[in-house]
Amino acid sequence: MSAIIRLKNINKTYYNGAPLHVLKGIDMEINKGEFVSIMGASGSGKSTLLNILGILDNYDTGEYCLNDVLIKNLSETRAAYFRNKLIGFIFQSFNLISFKNAMENVALPLYYQKMGRKTRNKLALEYLDKLGLKEWAHHMPNELSGGQKQRVAIARALISKPQIILADEPTGALDSKTSAEVLEVLKKVNKTGMTMIIVTHESGVANQTNKIIRLKDGVIEKIEDNSEHKFSNFSVENIK
Amino acid sequence: MFDLDRWNEIFITISRNKLRSFLTAFGVFWGIFMLIALIGGGRGLENLIAGQLDGIASNSCLMWNGRTSEAYKGFRKGRWWTVNNRDIDIIKTNVKGIEEISPMIMPWSPTDDNAVRGEKKGTVLVQGNFANYDKIDRQTIKFGRYLNDMDLQEHRKVCFIGSRVYEMLFNRGENPIGQDIRVDGIYYKVIGVGEGGENMTFNGDKKELVTIPFTTIQTLYNYGENVDVFAAMAKPDVSVSEMQEQMEAILKLNHSIAPHDRQAVNSINIETLFKQIGYLVLGVNILAWIVGFGTLFAGIIGVSNIMMVTVRERTQEIGIRRALGAKPASIMTQIMSESFAITAIAGFLGISFAVLILQMVDLGLDVSGNGTSVFQINFLTSVVAALIIIILGTLAGLGPAFRAMKIKPIEALSEE
Repeated sequence: MSAIIRLKNINKTYYNGAPLHVLKGIDMEINKGEFVSIMGASGSGKSTLLNILGILDNYDTGEYCLNDVLIKNLSETRAAYFRNKLIGFIFQSFNLISFKNAMENVALPLYYQKMGRKTRNKLALEYLDKLGLKEWAHHMPNELSGGQKQRVAIARALISKPQIILADEPTGALDSKTSAEVLEVLKKVNKTGMTMIIVTHESGVANQTNKIIRLKDGVIEKIEDNSEHKFSNFSVENIK
Repeated sequence: MFDLDRWNEIFITISRNKLRSFLTAFGVFWGIFMLIALIGGGRGLENLIAGQLDGIASNSCLMWNGRTSEAYKGFRKGRWWTVNNRDIDIIKTNVKGIEEISPMIMPWSPTDDNAVRGEKKGTVLVQGNFANYDKIDRQTIKFGRYLNDMDLQEHRKVCFIGSRVYEMLFNRGENPIGQDIRVDGIYYKVIGVGEGGENMTFNGDKKELVTIPFTTIQTLYNYGENVDVFAAMAKPDVSVSEMQEQMEAILKLNHSIAPHDRQAVNSINIETLFKQIGYLVLGVNILAWIVGFGTLFAGIIGVSNIMMVTVRERTQEIGIRRALGAKPASIMTQIMSESFAITAIAGFLGISFAVLILQMVDLGLDVSGNGTSVFQINFLTSVVAALIIIILGTLAGLGPAFRAMKIKPIEALSEE
């Protein structure tokens, strides 16, 4: 399997007041179809790493190749193009647009691909149907439950057929039951061959993934193979 | 390119905060309304004044006798004197800058209904003129002709009548040419009828005027050699005041008036009059543009401000859009289109409303006459106003759009 994400010695420093060296030489490879979680305490740099992976932020030195394209010093327009084509985002707070209904929210990435209104709405309905939300297509986000909102967001992430899905604490705002449902959906999506990267601080969530990357103070502490899902929700490891 | 989705989105965002959008739009509406209404008002004023002076040569002046205010050459002050035919001849030969000089007699008609034809009668003004008066105060002719030199040489009893005189003395559609009318007890043959213009003549309303050859009236009304008033037109490139001074000097010499007597000779310099009116109109127009543009500008600033607020409110939404692949240009055009839409709708409504009000003023004052509006702005002005609105609307969105473009998706998404 070829690596879809290749990071070589990524460094990132923030200069807000005192310089803050957030990422100190990250090296990693993620293969196509992998289900990976990135774990770490707050301040470990996991969000920064996700932003760099999602081309939402720049890095200072190193190399980031996504789908064999070097992502470095892109113009805003080019970055927007890659985000639209290659990456699907799932956020903790769903980030649906409040004045658009579920279908329009799902169709939004296609709008920026200049797809016609009818085609993209039809596609959006198909994706909502896959996630069991067909009846809710014309509801506004504030009429949906948290789990439904996150499923709409997942549909929105999938609709542009991206290369990778980046999920930032996808279950952070959900109760345990809906969290489990959403994770099931994400797992199913991964089964279709989609590379999926989840940033989380919940071991329960991380345990569902096949590979856990632990970040600490801007460096990769260890990469664990978790294909056996042997970490229980209550393992001692989590408490540490 | 018309993008239905974009306009749909604009409509949604504008209608999400109806009161605010309405108040913002109202600022622009009122601004452009003031601008157009004031320009129209200025134009109306200009047209009303110009209408009064229409046809009168701007490089002309009028002169008539007064009362001396200084004792001179044995004459006491307060003496009346009169302009006469000799003065006119001397002025004509001696003042080089004169293009035309036209003496007039305006007898005072003592009775009402001084014009009679058969059963019909009416009150008219009588005036004796030379044929060249037409060159100084253009006559618009409906039927027949104006006076000519033969009429004056032969002291013909003919007359040129105003349109209201025609209405008073003739049946509708009747041919007046060659018909006799009686004015102040004397019969004259009608040779022409003037168009009913708005403008005044020096002696009153042209429509009620009966113009008779100067020579005829001088004899018939026992004027002897006397002249009431004379009009003079300067040659091109000769200033009227210069001509006026020379004429005044000749009159003073002829009638033994003190050279520095300021009250003995009366005159109106049409050139200065036109200039003063020109300045007045210019002043009104400048005021209209300053006030109108100021109001409009305040409205536009309002739009820009509200768009800034909107951008701030929508930071998260814009961040989401950016994360989903909206290009900076796309965000920018979205904000600019919104500002443009508010300004354009309000602006075009404002222009239309102002045009409507001006039209109502026009109709209300009933001054339009033959179909041309007095207060209405012309088409070009409205096109320019529309262009101004479009440009300002786009400019108003520029600042907020740049602000929106600078929003980084990570900042927006972490703003929770």
